[in-house]
Amino acid sequence: MSTVATNVAARLETVIDAERVNGGSDSCTKFAVDGVAPSVVARPASSAEVVEIVRFAKSEKLALIPCGICTKLGIGIPPTRYDIAIDMTGLNQIAYYDPADLTLSVDAGMNLAQLAEALAQQKQFLPLAVPFFDECTVGGTIASNIGSALQPGYGSARDFLLGAEFVNGAGTFTKSGGRVVKNVTGYDLHKLLIGSLGTLGAITRLNFRTFPLPEGYGHLVGAFSSVDSVERFQAMVSKSPLAPSTFNILGPEAAQTVAEFKDDRDSPLPSWFTRGEWHVCVGFEGTETILRRYSSELAQYAQQCGASNYHLLQESDDKALGGALRELLNLLSWSGPAATIFKINAFPGFTPDVINLHALAQQFSISCRIFASSSGPLYFALQPGDLNDKTIGSLAHIASGVFEYAAEHDGSASILFCPTSLKRVVNVWGPARNDSALMRRVKNAFDPENCFAPGRFVAGI
Amino acid sequence: MHVDCKGDASLTIVGKEVTYLPAENTARKPLHRDVIRGLQNILGASMVLHRPEDLLLYEYDGSVEKGRPGAVVFPTTTQEVSQVVRLAAQHDVPVIGRGAGTGLSGGALARTGGVMIVFARMNRILELDLENQRAVVQPGMVNYELTRAAEAGGLYFAPDPSSWKSCTIGGNVSENAGGPHTLAYGVTTNHVTALELVLPDGEICRVGSRHGDSVGYDLAGLFVGSEGTLALVTEITVKLLRKPENVKTLLAIFDDVDGASETVAEITARAITPAACEMLDGWTLRAVEDFIHAGFPLDSAAVLLIELEGLAEVVAAQVAAVEEVCLEHHAREVRVARDEQERELLWRGRKNAFGALGRIAPSNYVLDGVIPRSKIPQALRRIREIGERYNFKIGNIFHAGDGNLHPIVLFDPRDAGQYQRAIEASAEIIRYCVEIGGALTGEHGVGMEKSELMPLLFSDDDFGLMRRIHDAFNPRSALNPGKIFPLNKGCGEITPRAQAAVRAVPL
Repeated sequence: MSTVATNVAARLETVIDAERVNGGSDSCTKFAVDGVAPSVVARPASSAEVVEIVRFAKSEKLALIPCGICTKLGIGIPPTRYDIAIDMTGLNQIAYYDPADLTLSVDAGMNLAQLAEALAQQKQFLPLAVPFFDECTVGGTIASNIGSALQPGYGSARDFLLGAEFVNGAGTFTKSGGRVVKNVTGYDLHKLLIGSLGTLGAITRLNFRTFPLPEGYGHLVGAFSSVDSVERFQAMVSKSPLAPSTFNILGPEAAQTVAEFKDDRDSPLPSWFTRGEWHVCVGFEGTETILRRYSSELAQYAQQCGASNYHLLQESDDKALGGALRELLNLLSWSGPAATIFKINAFPGFTPDVINLHALAQQFSISCRIFASSSGPLYFALQPGDLNDKTIGSLAHIASGVFEYAAEHDGSASILFCPTSLKRVVNVWGPARNDSALMRRVKNAFDPENCFAPGRFVAGI
Repeated sequence: MHVDCKGDASLTIVGKEVTYLPAENTARKPLHRDVIRGLQNILGASMVLHRPEDLLLYEYDGSVEKGRPGAVVFPTTTQEVSQVVRLAAQHDVPVIGRGAGTGLSGGALARTGGVMIVFARMNRILELDLENQRAVVQPGMVNYELTRAAEAGGLYFAPDPSSWKSCTIGGNVSENAGGPHTLAYGVTTNHVTALELVLPDGEICRVGSRHGDSVGYDLAGLFVGSEGTLALVTEITVKLLRKPENVKTLLAIFDDVDGASETVAEITARAITPAACEMLDGWTLRAVEDFIHAGFPLDSAAVLLIELEGLAEVVAAQVAAVEEVCLEHHAREVRVARDEQERELLWRGRKNAFGALGRIAPSNYVLDGVIPRSKIPQALRRIREIGERYNFKIGNIFHAGDGNLHPIVLFDPRDAGQYQRAIEASAEIIRYCVEIGGALTGEHGVGMEKSELMPLLFSDDDFGLMRRIHDAFNPRSALNPGKIFPLNKGCGEITPRAQAAVRAVPL
């Protein structure tokens, strides 16, 4: 341990319980962000301790990054400074749960899968079907705003997050919103925390609206030979009265990855996918009567749009496929040393010219996977074989092509996961934005002394 | 003088002797003639009102508050708005945005005078993208008009405040307005994807995206519901929803209020999620029935108006489930509207209720507290008990499914003692809402009306951060001053009403 680290750890031990301070290098490596490791890890057991840590960092001009289980620390730009990792997993309880009101207040460090289990006992759930589901924390899910497969049916976190408690950069414990389902009392500051990547403060608690678990689930998997028929199918479903809960579009290569996905049973999914074809996976929920209606109508649409084949899945098969689709990002982020995943918020979310992205990757002989949710976002995952200068050069070219694609489609794009060396030549957040100045104002209000995750975010924040 | 606001307006002030409004609210110095001339140069003389008799109408909104602007202007473009804001900044004069003035918390009132920008002439749809379910509108667009325009494509704009036929989308955005159908579809913020803004220095900028998700902080999420205290909104991109395949409207009739409120709690607990679930207590429904003839049975203690929407199969299952819950809680009868006409009549009864109540008492004070749905029965009992203790009639007509209460305290403002007691009773109700885990306002906004109650929910540290956000965008309080934040208690600016509230609610 370096002297600096010892000093920080020793001084931090004077403000919170020594047991919660860990300056060991193994521990610090675990919390490294893009190779930048903190000199100490603090694991607070209460929001009051979080306040102490932030005040300490503020007075010593040290930089902090709040972390959960570290599954998504790769998102963003390497921090310019990083001294203390706040391990939030010590705050891991359900603080309040009123099943009869369908509202929940949960500590940020609680494991998402564990939370799901507790809610399932009351036949309820939180519609966050996100990658890294089994390991990750609620707080990390919100702070990273990682996409949920259930967005088409349930909206995104901003639609069901009711309030939050957090410690801002001034070292004060603050809250926003509340625990009721409808509330306009004060500014909606909690919405700013969604996707803020720890740059505004340490989230200690989150309040959500919960939802009833559906009686049953079903899925249609349709194979299409052209991207135009996929678009036709999507348009037909969106104009129908049906309201599917998930709607995943998979390019041929992405479909293959899903087909090969092995779940806990360690067996690949049955042969629902046809090699070389585009696929659409539509998830739906409800009583038996409702599932029947979805099944027959979706099958009819698939036929009308020239699907080469389709499968209707029930219960356990549905669950296996849903899990594979949910974890696709997770899987691809580990698919090689140079794996790079773009998240594109284009409008409309999916159009036949996504094949231009495909062509872009081919130009550099890099294999790619395209997949999207009907309402967006669109993911473009690249898997170059080796990590070397040539690869980085190609990825940088592709990145500018992707950013152009997003701009042409009235949207924006960012790189979700990529090798750190690419971050030296490409801004993962894309080209400069015209609302950057406003974002900096928000940052300064929350974190006047720039203690939280400096340099990791958009616009140099 | 008789002021009767349209739509959801809760206020009817009769007679000149209404003097209870604090002097601070009406305190204003006339605008310097250079300001008036500057405004006329930007917009043309006919688009600038500055004579006292012309300004009178703009002193009010739908609340019991009051505040007169020094001038009222009607720009037609974002550029003009920006120019007006720049001019005002040069002369250190506040700027207040206003839609139709149907707000219920004093959000669109010129608390300390200044230039009021009325968006009535910025009322166009700039783009209607039926294919992708988006519309880009100017802030003065009337809520209902957007839904009418989208109907051709089988779409509609979901937020539907009672005042939807007159209120504007700009106003909805500022207040993050709700409505009966927010139970299933969310409030305004859930339907806004991008905004064009004019900041207090006149700068024009855009936040959000057509898609909704974009890179960086959710700035659109911050500005929606900020009550015009951070920026003026000059253009709004909204989502449009597809009309449901099937709609069924039920009227459940109860012989006691507890039965109705327990039904609501049970519908929530069983997670039946109707599109709307509204409650009218017996006293309120009788007042409404006299006026609207919606078909509410006069001898009932409470009715629930429940709407179920979606796939025919989903609706059929939900109707059966709702009926079962109603009957278990001793509903006398559950009627299903037979056709569109019957449905509309029931809704007319609900949406015009506040107007109907204006006929009964000289004034009323509508609260907007929101509570956990599991606590509706106990909250209604407490409200009744508070009413009895203060000797007031308190009606209840509200968004039961959301737990968004609207207790209506009826009083005569000409009787100072009555007024004071009405305010104390109201404060006690709000304090109770907070005590059981609720909030001050579900959809009407804080505005001038509830700013002094904010400390019930927020600590000094909470205010500290909110104030820093406020100052990051509106550092000199040039936009909509005197809203949301409690006034400095040391300056003697606190209103008599607020004093009462503060006394009734030890902080």
